[in-house]
Amino acid sequence: MKKPKPDLVPIPPGQDRRVPVIEPGYTFASVTDKIGQIVLTRRTPVFWFFGFGISFLLMMALLASIGMLLFRGVGIWGVNIPIGWGFAIINFVWWIGIGHAGTLISAILLLLRQEWRTSINRFAEAMTLFAVACAGLFPVLHMGRPWLAYWLLPYPNTMALWPQWRSPLVWDVFAVSTYATVSALFWYVGLIPDFATLRDRARRKGFQIVYGMLSLGWRGSAQHWHRYETAYLLLAGLATPLVISVHTVVSFDFTVAITPGWHSTIFPPYFVAGAIYAGFAMVLTLSIPLRKLYGLEDFITLRHLQNMGKIMLATGLIVGYGYMVEAFMGWYSGSPGELYVTLNRMLGPYAKAYWALILCNIVTPQTLWFRKVRSTPWILFLVAMVVNVGMWLERFVIVVTSLHRDFLPSSWGMYHGTFWDWATFIGTIGLFLSLLFLFLRFLPMISIFEMRTLVPEAEVREEP
Amino acid sequence: MTDFERHPDEGRPLYGLMAEFESPTELLAAARGAYESGYRKMDAYTPYPMHELTEALGIKPTKLPWLVLAGGILGCCSALFMMWFSATIHYPLNVGGRPLASWPMFIPITFEVTVLFASLAAVFGMLGMNGLPMPYHPVFNAPRFALASRDRFFLCIEVADPNFALEKTSLFLANQGARVVSEVEE
Repeated sequence: MKKPKPDLVPIPPGQDRRVPVIEPGYTFASVTDKIGQIVLTRRTPVFWFFGFGISFLLMMALLASIGMLLFRGVGIWGVNIPIGWGFAIINFVWWIGIGHAGTLISAILLLLRQEWRTSINRFAEAMTLFAVACAGLFPVLHMGRPWLAYWLLPYPNTMALWPQWRSPLVWDVFAVSTYATVSALFWYVGLIPDFATLRDRARRKGFQIVYGMLSLGWRGSAQHWHRYETAYLLLAGLATPLVISVHTVVSFDFTVAITPGWHSTIFPPYFVAGAIYAGFAMVLTLSIPLRKLYGLEDFITLRHLQNMGKIMLATGLIVGYGYMVEAFMGWYSGSPGELYVTLNRMLGPYAKAYWALILCNIVTPQTLWFRKVRSTPWILFLVAMVVNVGMWLERFVIVVTSLHRDFLPSSWGMYHGTFWDWATFIGTIGLFLSLLFLFLRFLPMISIFEMRTLVPEAEVREEP
Repeated sequence: MTDFERHPDEGRPLYGLMAEFESPTELLAAARGAYESGYRKMDAYTPYPMHELTEALGIKPTKLPWLVLAGGILGCCSALFMMWFSATIHYPLNVGGRPLASWPMFIPITFEVTVLFASLAAVFGMLGMNGLPMPYHPVFNAPRFALASRDRFFLCIEVADPNFALEKTSLFLANQGARVVSEVEE
């Protein structure tokens, strides 16, 4: 039977015209069972083995590349003077940016009381954690002697040395490690009541024990909920400035240097917007196939997809503004170095990458103005994929074109990723997806207790 | 109709009486009724946070925010102190005569450590004040209590309450519309 188009169904006046955040007909029990079932089932779906298998293979490519790197050194990458940063930093910024949407969904949208966030926050937070794990690898591997990475931390040592507090790279260590810690805490706190649900639902002894330990003995007491909600809101309030500070600090890695094309005050806001933009593209990339495969269209409805499309459009426009200001300042600064870098980006040897990035990040998302595009999952998926590529290209253009021709023409050079550069990058995608598949199998991908609050039953009828 | 459940295991002391309700509305009414009847040592168990219960059960506002504030201040001060101490006393580095205590450059790390300490205080403070982890608790002995994490709402009046009297309190809970009232052992 064909469903009538939503637009054609008559809507009584005064009623919300939008697609609901949860399809009607669900109860506390059915919401709990539907989400819990995915984890507690004995039968793992075939596509899971397929997806996890491929991701695991790619992760092996990462391990091989890291092994090769430790054996031979960073020389196996294409980095050299003048382009000392290359793929490692491009991928670092790309991954950490992707992570930011998870925090935006879980913290900022919570503070703004956007209840549609409820069904996507759990896996968006998982995405944050896994993306930060991938991001964190790159600067460490890029150091050349990764086994000495702990030198970046302030600890009492026989060399009587301290980190250089005035360096943005040290700020990065603090920002990213704080971000990883706070995201993990936020995620775990959100999971505690759901662990209790799984503990009470699980039939197998092993699951009961493991979920029981993870739930810390949660019993849903009103006293506990009261403190729990306070803690959760405070964490959201702390995570909100944190996420903005993290990408600001990442942009300081560039702006504090006097390299033309980097030394600019637009970088922090434009990096933060770009991070959210890339992150929402990744959330869409993941949620569109997942809702289909796991049959969760009733929980992750078109409303979610439409809203994410709108956020992508808005942040994409901010990013577009950032590109415009960069180009404008290249001319307006009156600095020959800045002007040259701007023109070199558009017309030089990497012009293809620059125009591809404009096409991916600025032109393609304009299709999101159309409701048709926002409410057709497969088109939205394609747009999100294009943006994922575009945001990678953006970091490529920023890192490479600024470094490859700076003030001294005698030290100009070209950069291309080598086989091992690509293997490491694709390997981290494998790591990310492997972690994601494990998460989907063993943890509830949608917050069960928060979904209960959206069910009509949850409405308390006050007596007159 | 209310079911009364007694347990054969008479040897163990009683923790309280657990009443099971089917909807949040029923639970809220019962909690308000119990508070009005003078019961104070009681707690409700729900599958999701119900804000109305805080006021109905007379739960005092938590002091957690103060703990988080303290954590944040501690993080802020210790980070600033660490950087100031290392840059001016322990390892002063004269770079072209620039000031050693260059505090604007210390702000990003200070901010991050502030957030880190405040977040740790929020999470561990919440767990600590709630007495978690607590693997065993008497309320888990209540029959069907596993449904408190699914779709049922429970109210437990504890023996420790001065108003508690087995017969009177079970009748009271039944009158509040409880589906099942059961005795819970320690």
